[in-house]
Amino acid sequence: MRAAPLPNDRPDTGPVLDIRDLVVEFPTRRGVLTAIRGVSVTVERGEILGIVGESGAGKSLTGAAVIGLLEPPGRIAGGEIRIRGRRIDNLPKRDMMALRGSTIGAIFQDPLTSLNPLLTVGDQLIETIRCHLPLSRAEAAMRAIDLLNEVGIPSAELRLQQYPHQFSGGMRQRVVIALALAGEPDLVVADEPTTALDVSIQAQITALLKRICRDRGTAVMLVTHDMGVIAETADRVAVMYAGRIVEIGPVDDIIRRPQHPYTRGLIGSIPSLVTSHERLVQIDGAMPRLNSMPAGCAFHPRCVLADTRCRSTLPPLLTNGSGLAACWNLAAGNAVEAA
Amino acid sequence: MTNAHAKPTLRVDDVACFFDVSPSWFDRTVMRKPQRTLKAVDGLSFVIPRGTTFSIVGESGCGKSTLARMVVGLYQPTRGTLSFADGSGRDGFVRTQMIFQDPFASLNPRWRVGAIIAEPIKQMALRPSGVETQARVRQLLETVGLSGQDSNRYPHEFSGGQRQRISIARALAAEPEFLVCDEPTSALDVSVQAQILNLLKDLQRELGLTYLFISHNLAAVRHVSDRVAVMYLGRIVEEAATDEIFERPQHPYTRFLLDTVPNLDRPNRDRMQATVDLPSPIDPPPGCAYNPRCPLATDICRTAAPESHPVGGSLVRCHHAIA
Ligand SMILES: Nc1ncnc2c1ncn2[C@@H]1O[C@H](COP(=O)(O)OP(=O)(O)OP(=O)(O)O)[C@@H](O)[C@H]1O
Ligand SMILES: Nc1ncnc2c1ncn2[C@@H]1O[C@H](COP(=O)(O)OP(=O)(O)OP(=O)(O)O)[C@@H](O)[C@H]1O
Ligand code: SF4
Ligand code: SF4
Ligand SMILES: [Mg+2]
Ligand SMILES: [Mg+2]
Repeated sequence: MRAAPLPNDRPDTGPVLDIRDLVVEFPTRRGVLTAIRGVSVTVERGEILGIVGESGAGKSLTGAAVIGLLEPPGRIAGGEIRIRGRRIDNLPKRDMMALRGSTIGAIFQDPLTSLNPLLTVGDQLIETIRCHLPLSRAEAAMRAIDLLNEVGIPSAELRLQQYPHQFSGGMRQRVVIALALAGEPDLVVADEPTTALDVSIQAQITALLKRICRDRGTAVMLVTHDMGVIAETADRVAVMYAGRIVEIGPVDDIIRRPQHPYTRGLIGSIPSLVTSHERLVQIDGAMPRLNSMPAGCAFHPRCVLADTRCRSTLPPLLTNGSGLAACWNLAAGNAVEAA
Repeated sequence: MTNAHAKPTLRVDDVACFFDVSPSWFDRTVMRKPQRTLKAVDGLSFVIPRGTTFSIVGESGCGKSTLARMVVGLYQPTRGTLSFADGSGRDGFVRTQMIFQDPFASLNPRWRVGAIIAEPIKQMALRPSGVETQARVRQLLETVGLSGQDSNRYPHEFSGGQRQRISIARALAAEPEFLVCDEPTSALDVSVQAQILNLLKDLQRELGLTYLFISHNLAAVRHVSDRVAVMYLGRIVEEAATDEIFERPQHPYTRFLLDTVPNLDRPNRDRMQATVDLPSPIDPPPGCAYNPRCPLATDICRTAAPESHPVGGSLVRCHHAIA
C-alpha cells in the first residue's frame, strides 16, 4: 500500500494541482516580507506547466509551498492549495510528509540538500522506493538500477554503492530526479531539474518527464529559467515577476508573441547560438527588493512603457488572446479588458 | 601589456586523474569482485594565454569539474603537470579563484553574506581598513546585481540564483588574475546571466583576467570564449578557436552536441536523442570511446584509440576527420 493514498472516488477530471491566491510571508524583526503576493494557477493531468522568471521572482517558493517545505519562519499567509480536489496547505506535518514522495515528487534546485552525504546513493534510493511501493529489498534494488538507467547513469550497479560526493554535479541532479520519480507520484514539482545538465542529458531528462506525463498522466510543475527547456517541454508557461504571475499562456504564444513587456525582455535576453553578439541584451535594473516593492505595477521602474497609471495602480491579470496578462499597456487590440 | 611570448597563465600537460571506486573490501575478498578504477580525466593538454578565455564543454560526468579541481589544487593529478605563470598569488604564481558548480555547498550557512565576501579581502589584506572593506563588499554585491543591504542576511535567505551571485562576488573579492568558473551561470535566469557574462567580459578587458570557463550552456560559451575544448569521457576530442568549433565542427561528438541544443524556434520538437546507453568512465569502450554512439564508426574505431591531429583550424581526435 502507498502511504496515505488520496481517496480514489474523486473524479479524474479536475486539475491535479490547483493553487488559489497563494500568499507567502516571512516575518522578520523589521516587519513582514511578502514574497508571494497572490498566485493562482492550475496543472492538469498529463500537463507540464512551466514557471519562468528572473532570479528572486518567487518560483522556488511557490514550489516549496506546494510540497510543504517552506523554511520557517516562512509561512503560507493566504490562499489555498489543492491536489486532486483535496486541500493540502493546512495538513499536519506528518500527513504532508506521507504525501511527499507518494503523491507529490519533489526535485529541488539544490541537489545536495536532498541527498544524505552519509548514505550511499543505493541506500537512499532503495529506502525511498520501499517507503512508497510494496517491494522487497532485492526488488527495490532492481527498481533502483532501472531508475538510474532511466535518468542516464551508466554502471548503475556499481554506482549504487557510491556516496553523493563521488558523483559529478549533473549525476547528483539525476539521482535526485530518480528519487522524485521512485514513488510514481501524481504531481512532480521540479525546480530547475536540468540546470546542471549538459544538453544531451537534458534532452534525455525532458524526454523522461514528457513520457511520464503521457504514460502515467503525471502533472508536472517545471520551474526553470531555461527558455529552451520550456520551449520543448512545457504545454503552458507562467511568467513570474516580484511574487506574482504577470503572464500565462500556451508555450508557443509566450515564446513567439509575448505580450507583457517583462516577458518580451526575458525572451530578448536569451543568448543565441547562431551569432555571437558583443553584448547581450539585458533588462536594465533589477527585481525590486521585498522590503521596497514599488506601488502599482511592480515592473514599472524597469518598464519602457510605464505611465502614471502603472505607477499607482496594480494591473489585474486579464484574458488576453489565448492566455492572461497583467499590464495596462498591452499592444492595442490585444487586451480584452473586463472592466 | 599582453605579450605573445609571455608565459601562458596556465599550461596543462598530459594531466590525468583517476579514482579508486572498487567495491567494498568484503565484496573484493569474499565475492572476488575486481578492483575498479575510474579515469575521470585521462591525458589533457592545453594552454590558456594570459587575458583569454578557454572553455570546456562536454557531457555530464566527462571530467570537467575534476579538471577544475586539479587546477585550483583540490585534487592532485594522478599524472602530468599543471604550470602557472608568475603572478601576485601567495605562492608567487597567478592568483587563482574558483566559482563552484554548487554554490549552496560552498557558502558557509552560519556566516552573514557580508562576512563571506569580506573573508578573502581580509585574508589577503586587499583593503586597508574595516570601512573600506565594507564599502568594497557593498560594491561587489551591487556588481552582481544584489544590494548592499544584503550583506546582513544569511545564505539560506536567498534564492538559488542569488546564492550563485554571492559566490561570484566572493570569488571577485579576492581580485583574482585567473578565474576558474565551473558552471557559473547555470542557476541564473537569462537576464542575470547576461549581466554576469557581460561583467566577466568587462573585467577581462579592463584588468586582463584569464578564465577557464566550464559550462554546458553552449550559447554562453560561444559568447565568452576565445578557444573551446570539447571533452568526452576524460579526453579532449576537439579543440579550436570559438568560431571554428561552432561554424565548422569536425568531430562527430561536437556535431552531435551542437545538434542537441534546445531550439527556441522549434518548440516542442523531440530532440535528437542519445539512443545508445551512455558510456561509463569505469568501463570505457575499447578503441575510440565515442564509437558506440558514433554514426561514422568503422572497425578501426572499435580497436584503436585515435590520436589528436590538426584538421583545418582544429585539433581533432578522430580516425575519420581528415585534414
Ligand atoms: N528564508 C527567507 N527569508 C527571507 N527572504 C527569503 C527567504 N527565502 C527566499 N526569500 C526571498 O524570496 C524571494 C523569492 O525567492 P525564490 O527562492 O522563490 O526565488 P526564485 O524565483 O526561485 O529565484 P532563483 O531563480 O534565483 O532560484 C527572493 O527575493 C528571496 O530573497
Ligand atoms: N571524489 C571522487 N571519487 C570518485 N569518483 C569521482 C570523484 N569526483 C568525481 N568522480 C567521478 O569522476 C567523473 C567525472 O566527474 P566530474 O565531476 O569531473 O564531471 P563533470 O564533467 O564536472 O560533470 P557535470 O557536468 O555533471 O558536473 C564522474 O564519473 C564522477 O563520478
Ligand atoms: S503595467 Fe505599465 S509598468 Fe507594468 S508592465 Fe505594463 S506598461 Fe509596464
Ligand atoms: S574515431 Fe571513429 S568512432 Fe571515434 S569519433 Fe571518429 S569516426 Fe567516430
Ligand atoms: Mg529558485
Ligand atoms: Mg561538474
